[in-house]
Amino acid sequence: MSTGTLLEEVFDADLIGHPEVVAARTPSQLFWRRFRQDRVAIASLGFIVFLSLVAIFAPLFVALAGTAPPNAIDSSLLNDFGLPTGPSLAHPFGVDGLGRDVLSRTVYGARTSLEIAILATLIATGIGVVLGMLAGFFGGWIDTLISRSVDVMLAFPVFLLALGLASGCSLGNGCAGGLIQPGISTVVVVIAIVSWTYPARLIRGQVLSLKEKEFVDAARSIGASNSRILFREILPNLVVPIIVYASLMIPTNILLEAALSFLGAGVPAPTASWGAMISDATSIFNTAWWYMLFPGLAILFTALAFNLVGDGLTDAMNPRAAD
Amino acid sequence: MARYIARRLLWTVVLMFAVSVVTFIIFYVLPSADPAALRAGRHASPQQIEEIRHKYHLDKSLLDQLSFYFKGILLHGDFGISYVNDQPVAKLVFSRLPATISVAVGAAVLWLLSGVAIGIISAVRRHSKLDRATMSLALVGISAPVYWLGLVALYLFADDIGLIPLFGGSGSYQPITEDPLAWLNSMILPWVVLAVAFAAFYSRLLRGTLIEVMGEDYIRTARAKGLPERTVVMRHGVRSAITPIVTAFGLDLGALLGGAVLVEIVFNIPGIGRLAYDAILHSDLFLIQGTVLLAAFFVIGANLVVDVVYAYLDPRVRYE
Repeated sequence: MSTGTLLEEVFDADLIGHPEVVAARTPSQLFWRRFRQDRVAIASLGFIVFLSLVAIFAPLFVALAGTAPPNAIDSSLLNDFGLPTGPSLAHPFGVDGLGRDVLSRTVYGARTSLEIAILATLIATGIGVVLGMLAGFFGGWIDTLISRSVDVMLAFPVFLLALGLASGCSLGNGCAGGLIQPGISTVVVVIAIVSWTYPARLIRGQVLSLKEKEFVDAARSIGASNSRILFREILPNLVVPIIVYASLMIPTNILLEAALSFLGAGVPAPTASWGAMISDATSIFNTAWWYMLFPGLAILFTALAFNLVGDGLTDAMNPRAAD
Repeated sequence: MARYIARRLLWTVVLMFAVSVVTFIIFYVLPSADPAALRAGRHASPQQIEEIRHKYHLDKSLLDQLSFYFKGILLHGDFGISYVNDQPVAKLVFSRLPATISVAVGAAVLWLLSGVAIGIISAVRRHSKLDRATMSLALVGISAPVYWLGLVALYLFADDIGLIPLFGGSGSYQPITEDPLAWLNSMILPWVVLAVAFAAFYSRLLRGTLIEVMGEDYIRTARAKGLPERTVVMRHGVRSAITPIVTAFGLDLGALLGGAVLVEIVFNIPGIGRLAYDAILHSDLFLIQGTVLLAAFFVIGANLVVDVVYAYLDPRVRYE
């Protein structure tokens, strides 16, 4: 580690040798300290913040860029053969098959992508943490029920399951008797349903080993209740692994959302989505390469940035493995 | 060992049953549209719809329909009829299997060889420029959508529309039995495109475990007794670091044999993945069931094989 000795990492360098000042850093403080020293991860985090701002203030960004709104159809931008025109000053990323501005649609696509990936990750992680904690802590029939359900879910071809759920719910009148309507929430729910199993397994394993630790015995010996042990003793130790795991799930979910919309089972048109843009481009990409290229690069860079942050967080959690 | 395998086989049957029940429920209960109307097509009269409802037992309760389905499989080996193609599901699925096996096995060989080679070199020369460059590229490979890579590959190298026409393009698939050279030519781009993300993942995985293993005491012992570094790395290091790769390989190959949906769609290859995709789009229930069951069979089978091989290789694994 570039930070010097373990002693210097755990204690503030100035305070070593001054036992009257108790200033040891907690494990999570150490975690964030190590993460902050990872320049690539911090730069990627910066990119993610920038992208999030662009997504949140998409109308403002498009106005500043001077491009047309994402759903504005302008057939005068198609050439004599009805094919879209390429990048120009007025349309830096060119236009699509309907004469819509690709830059504006890519910017609005960031909204769809980030919103779905982040919400789905939050929900899946939430479900996974609750079920994983229950299974790991209580064991017995609760563990059997949860673990066997995870086994069944993992035996499913995940992508087919997501595709089936999404197309069942995204076409026509929604699904479950109209309870779930097509739109962003459907895709979020679908992705959450197929991805909660991984965090559940991980958290179960962590809880299994944590509950054998001395501090849990100590808490129990002074008469702490189960819920106190679960939430006040075990959960704080799970925060770092949960953050690390969730950060690695986001890029996966970005790719899953894009793949679903590529197959026509994502958010309904005309909402801009990167995967759907690539799908639209499939029939004309040999001439209109820009329509395929830019949304693809958008997915690539976004997933890459989240993967780099996830790698940085993983290394900060296991500093020795990082070497 | 025999008891362990027997118990795992039994569990496999239970899992397959659970998967098919869940699939049945998802695709029968979820869609708000009337399955009989979907099947009858756009211009069907109410009477025709009623006939279809009756013919496919759609007027029965869900439980009755489920028992019809399982009776068909268990008593007659009948997986039902595809409504859209009007053909037996089993026949359709088996006719699509060679294409999917072509895609999956070819790509698997490619990613295993390249992933392992890159992983070893990166671990041995850790922190070198080569290591940094390949690991950065690997992360890019993991982050790129496979269908987009497919389109880019077609744009660059397909022999019909590519800038540098080298290999067969979209829709050039030929069965190997008809023309092996044309088959190979049509498979190169799909193999490479599909292998990228897996090779990237495997090289990262192997690099990590190999670096960890190379820090173990027995590696120091091997070096201390004067073995050449090459032997230390290959015979002592890689042999032990390869186990997670074996696990991942079994599971990934199993998952892909169930259909490489996106790659099959982009390259227009008539495999299981595209069959499943079309079935889902048309709410073709028995065909969906058939493809999902086949995919689940490969996933569960791969799990079983991996676990048994693992238990065989590693005496520390107990089969209680």
